Amino acid sequence: MGRYVARRLLQMIPVFLGTTFLIFFMVYSLPGDPVLGLFGDKGVDPATLAAKRHELGLDLPIWEQYWNYMTNIILHFDFGNQIRNGRPVTEVLGDAFPITLQLAAMAFVFELVFGIGLGVIAGLKAGRLADNAILIFTLLIISIPVFVLGYIIKMVFAFQLEWIEPNVSNDQLFSEMLAPAIVLGGLSLAYVARLTRTSMAENLRADYMRTAVAKGLPKSRVIGVHLLRNSMIPVVTFLGTDIGALMGGAVVTEGIFNVKGIGGVIYESISRREGTTIVGLVTILVIVYLVTSLLVDLLYAVLDPRIRYA
Amino acid sequence: MRGAKSAKWVAGAIVVALAATACGGGSDKGNDAKGEVDPNGIFSIEVGEPEKPLYTGDTMESNGSIVMAGLFSTLVDYKDDGSLEMINAESVETTDSKMWTVKLKKGWKFHDGTPVTAKSYVDAWNWNANIDNAMGLSSWFADIKGFDKVHPEAEGAKSTAKELEGLKVVDDSTFTIELSKATPAFGHKLAYIVFAPLPASFYKDTKAAGQKPVGNGPYKFDSWDHKKQIKIVRNDDYTGPNKAKNGGVIFKNYTTLEAAYEDLKSGNVDVLRQIGPKDLPVYRQDLGDRAVDQPYSSIQTLAIAFYADQWKKPKQVNPKVIQGLSMAIDRATITKTVLQGTREPATGWVAKGVLGYQENGAGDITKYDPAKAKALIAEGGGVPNNAITIQFNADGGHKEWVDAVCNSITQATQVKCTGDSKPDFQADLTARKSKQVKSIYRSGWVLDYPINSNFISDLFRTGAAGNQGDFSNKELDAKIAAADGAATLDESVKQFQEIEKSLVNYMPSIPLWYYKVNAGYSEKVSGVKYGQDGDPILTGVEVKK
Repeated sequence: MGRYVARRLLQMIPVFLGTTFLIFFMVYSLPGDPVLGLFGDKGVDPATLAAKRHELGLDLPIWEQYWNYMTNIILHFDFGNQIRNGRPVTEVLGDAFPITLQLAAMAFVFELVFGIGLGVIAGLKAGRLADNAILIFTLLIISIPVFVLGYIIKMVFAFQLEWIEPNVSNDQLFSEMLAPAIVLGGLSLAYVARLTRTSMAENLRADYMRTAVAKGLPKSRVIGVHLLRNSMIPVVTFLGTDIGALMGGAVVTEGIFNVKGIGGVIYESISRREGTTIVGLVTILVIVYLVTSLLVDLLYAVLDPRIRYA
Repeated sequence: MRGAKSAKWVAGAIVVALAATACGGGSDKGNDAKGEVDPNGIFSIEVGEPEKPLYTGDTMESNGSIVMAGLFSTLVDYKDDGSLEMINAESVETTDSKMWTVKLKKGWKFHDGTPVTAKSYVDAWNWNANIDNAMGLSSWFADIKGFDKVHPEAEGAKSTAKELEGLKVVDDSTFTIELSKATPAFGHKLAYIVFAPLPASFYKDTKAAGQKPVGNGPYKFDSWDHKKQIKIVRNDDYTGPNKAKNGGVIFKNYTTLEAAYEDLKSGNVDVLRQIGPKDLPVYRQDLGDRAVDQPYSSIQTLAIAFYADQWKKPKQVNPKVIQGLSMAIDRATITKTVLQGTREPATGWVAKGVLGYQENGAGDITKYDPAKAKALIAEGGGVPNNAITIQFNADGGHKEWVDAVCNSITQATQVKCTGDSKPDFQADLTARKSKQVKSIYRSGWVLDYPINSNFISDLFRTGAAGNQGDFSNKELDAKIAAADGAATLDESVKQFQEIEKSLVNYMPSIPLWYYKVNAGYSEKVSGVKYGQDGDPILTGVEVKK
């Protein structure tokens, strides 16, 4: 077990290097000069351009820039500064990540509770009315694009009923974050419900279920421990990768609800060629993915003890 | 903080009580109570995160400059008619437009309590002009004698002096500026933020000063919560003429213009600078007389890339061809339909609201006349390849009107016209800078100072920073040089008016339309006015109780 975890952690190093390398070069191969963009329509003289480039280290060859960047990260945990405003990237991300994390966590809890809840109901009543209703409901959610769902929720709850504020204010109150979290988690909720349902419906007919029922165990134990636990493996796999997706995929939702999280930073950094910011951001997202997928793998053993790690 | 919160809660309770009594009594009474002005009221305004640290020498985009306008006062400002108003200066005098003497008002202080002296100005200008500090606005000091030594323009050149030769401190409240040649517009340029004074603390820690600027203006810096909001509060020691009528301003950041508009309607933000395209059709009905629809001094043009093979080979393009293209554009219809009335057709190269603006500066060539357009193009030898492209950045909402302009040209003249879309502004600028624009590109210009020379000299002079299409004409250069160096401002303005009239013979660009401010404000504020640069004037806003 310990060795398995250590090996997995070591594997993160080449993945980390590979992704940063790729992203770094991709950003620099985009057309458009970040320094020139500072001056807009009015233009500027070549001397100032050169001085700015030199100040930012952008006059070095790309290999050297990458080398400097990586050594700074590894040796000093310094992700560099943003080109435009000179703020350290760690500070920029440190401002935005907690907000997105809060949003993603709320969305995650929402999809976990309601997704599994609905899935369990549908799975136990497979083929009956409740099951069909849930299937139609989830189909509806899957087929509505995020921005449409966002605007519908705003329209109904903020403007018609006036239950919620249309936008998230700078304080990020829990009540304000609820709507964007539901929109963000909505799509995944549908998948979780469907995965749970299928897996449950299948396992209902498994031998161990018959045995459990034959032993005369109470129904809650049969369903709660025997059925649910075994049906959770595909759902956990999905949930694990979904954490990363929730954090990275919040661009649209954050834009609609005025959440000042990672979404805006991603959009702005790409359009402004802020290479260092994008690399820093992707690095963190990669780590999130790697850690969650490790946790998922370890959870398998908890759910099904037959799975063992060397 | 706790006290503040509970106070807010009490205030909220009072408002509820007032509203309840207003319902019971007459509604007129309720309105009176609500209309009372709170001199300490703080209002909020939608402004994006400034792109850069707040330096007087580097703040050129609107998100930063509106904050700086509150924090700093310059020597002068200009009134609506283009004439000068003294702010921090007692007087700005010149006899030959070359030697200028500035006298300061006494008793002015920076927000940290240190006095504003002649030295505060001279040191600040020297610092901003110095190439080592790489300030984006340093070229504004180019008129001053000795600029080329402090800021050589060639790439990689080193400065040979630290101080501008033309600046001399006479005493604590007097300094002189010697320009390298007569420049009548210089007095107006002094209103720009780059000419603001800086306190001694600035040079001790410039990095910190960019995050927490100490100015001499009507507002003091309070806090900057990055990407969320900036707060400035009234400077009670301020003695200038533009004292703030409110207690302070919060600049709130929004992810989209639509979100800001929703917040305006639900009372979470007080002043907008712009309405998003989605809400443009409805905002006048939504806001009533709180909807703003007013032109400001800014113009959109189609600039010709004169270096492109199309216009250069085998021979220089005849201006008649460009005149023809201009007459093939139906500006009235496009601004009304595609742009939903947010622009006003241009009739010249100089925008409205600046000194020397003249109706119909471009003569007939901005009128839509397909027959004449065709004739002019034929007369000029036709458009090479009979096809043009218009380069624009796809992230700026330009596609719709570029398509419309293209359709208009093709329908009127059978010249093939297509949009050449660059993914974003950066890519668009890079193509311009590296001279890869194939035919025509969209260009915009907002005033720097309210004189017509800003729309001519800074755009069409050979080698001017705003002249990115490499337009060059010796005859015109000579005329511009003469007008720039005229003895008095009046004369200079008049000469530039003549030049504007003659621009039809060169056609350096095709004027399209003037921008308008389409914005609005909440019921909580009054006295919201928008300046010539399109930004709301902060100090005049009054907050209701």
